[in-house]
Amino acid sequence: MNLPNINKKRIISLLKDGKRLDGRKPFEYRDIEIETGISINAEGTSRVRIGKTEVIVGVKMSTQEPYTDHEDEGTMVTSMEFSQVAGERYESGPPQMDSIEIARVVDRGIRESRFIDWKKLCIKAGEKVWSIMIDIYCINDDGDVMDASAIGAVVALRLARFPKYDKENEAVLYGEFTDDPLPLTDHVPFTMTFHKIGESLLADPNRDEEDAADSRITLSVSSGKKEKMINAMQKGGIIGITIQEMEEIITQAEKVYDKVFEEVEKKTKNLIKSK
Amino acid sequence: MTSTFTKRPDKRKFDELRPIKAETGIIPNADGSALFAFGETVAIAAVYGPKPLHPAHMQDPERGIIRCNYNMLPFSVTERAKPGPNRRSKEISMVAGNALASVVDLARFPGTVIDVEILILQANASTRCAGINAAAMALAQAGVVMKEMVSSVSIGKMDDKIVTDVIKEEEDWEEGEGATDIAFSMTSRTKQITHLQLDGIIQTQRFMEAVEAARVACEKIHDYQIRALKGEKIDETKK
Repeated sequence: MNLPNINKKRIISLLKDGKRLDGRKPFEYRDIEIETGISINAEGTSRVRIGKTEVIVGVKMSTQEPYTDHEDEGTMVTSMEFSQVAGERYESGPPQMDSIEIARVVDRGIRESRFIDWKKLCIKAGEKVWSIMIDIYCINDDGDVMDASAIGAVVALRLARFPKYDKENEAVLYGEFTDDPLPLTDHVPFTMTFHKIGESLLADPNRDEEDAADSRITLSVSSGKKEKMINAMQKGGIIGITIQEMEEIITQAEKVYDKVFEEVEKKTKNLIKSK
Repeated sequence: MTSTFTKRPDKRKFDELRPIKAETGIIPNADGSALFAFGETVAIAAVYGPKPLHPAHMQDPERGIIRCNYNMLPFSVTERAKPGPNRRSKEISMVAGNALASVVDLARFPGTVIDVEILILQANASTRCAGINAAAMALAQAGVVMKEMVSSVSIGKMDDKIVTDVIKEEEDWEEGEGATDIAFSMTSRTKQITHLQLDGIIQTQRFMEAVEAARVACEKIHDYQIRALKGEKIDETKK
């Protein structure tokens, strides 16, 4: 964006030698911290920090009429906003394209991995189903908000529990909670974004690196029976990705998944246990 | 006649604040930032500026302006709040901005704007007061020249009792004389009221009792704000 050219040149020349300004290797992530307890009024919440990037996520539930082509399945809406708190570049007003894109990519990763058992969110086929609303807020942007948002959404879903429901009056008792977790499967989606800067690729960019990047590929991966499965992808930016680069991204994605997803999974399970 | 309001739902004394959380420097990107919580009501604030105001025709050549935005997160309340500004949040943004502008030495920053962003993460009444407290701390941390500090508190009247730092359950009190909710912001040194909003029903003769309760509470809050600005991470909710 407004990154001085000199900075971009520096980033590019370092990357040619496999180096980065903060000393990381090209595909090395910053420390990831995962917490919960943002709002007692939400069905589930999370706070994810990747380095200095911070997102907070809340899951709220309500009921609605099902869509006519999925009469016995629950629904989900994912929203994302860069709060004006997050940095100088964000202005008030309706969500901009960058946050709409993040919300849609996160949404697709969750949906396509079959992480949610939609049929178990049916209350009465054709009449009433549960709807899940995921709200993601970035409150400090130091790059890679896409990946932080995706982690946060998954953690908040896994920590969420249903609100109480008055069957007789068919109404949600807002503010009262059950101990019942959401109907989730083992296909936990994990989202990684690879950026192309000059001729080089890297993961988990900080803000300067992300501003210097020419294009990017986001992948949402979940584990199948034996193999890793890609559930959602998104190419961003104008500059093209070569076939060789795409091959490299897939190779690196498998490695990042093994290392970073493992770490996130461990931290998430600890959180669920200590709940 | 006996009072219907003899004790508070959360067992606090009538003049007691909820457990306070106060911390500064929570948003690395911001020029100043802070968290302030009255018990279950949690607000964060970030300050960006002073910086040149665009478009230029909005600039005031005599003084800077404060642009304040108050927002509740959708999951801060029990029934999801629709994101984005509404009439309520616009009004609160304005009165909060005024409360803060009254203590900032804006004449020192002609032609500039100071952006003050307030987010409510978790709500149990008094959200605007928590937001103003966090924003005042964020301004001070940003090094914006202030004439004095400002602190904010809600004072209630439940039946015939004046109480400090109102919670949701109290706001909805219906028995006896009913409930009154008064949001005050008061400056630390000259004790000026820089923000005042009242909803409910209260005798003219008892109103000054509420002002006195606000003065006492704001002095306590001011202490927390100053301690947090000196780097202390205050969290009384863990007790």
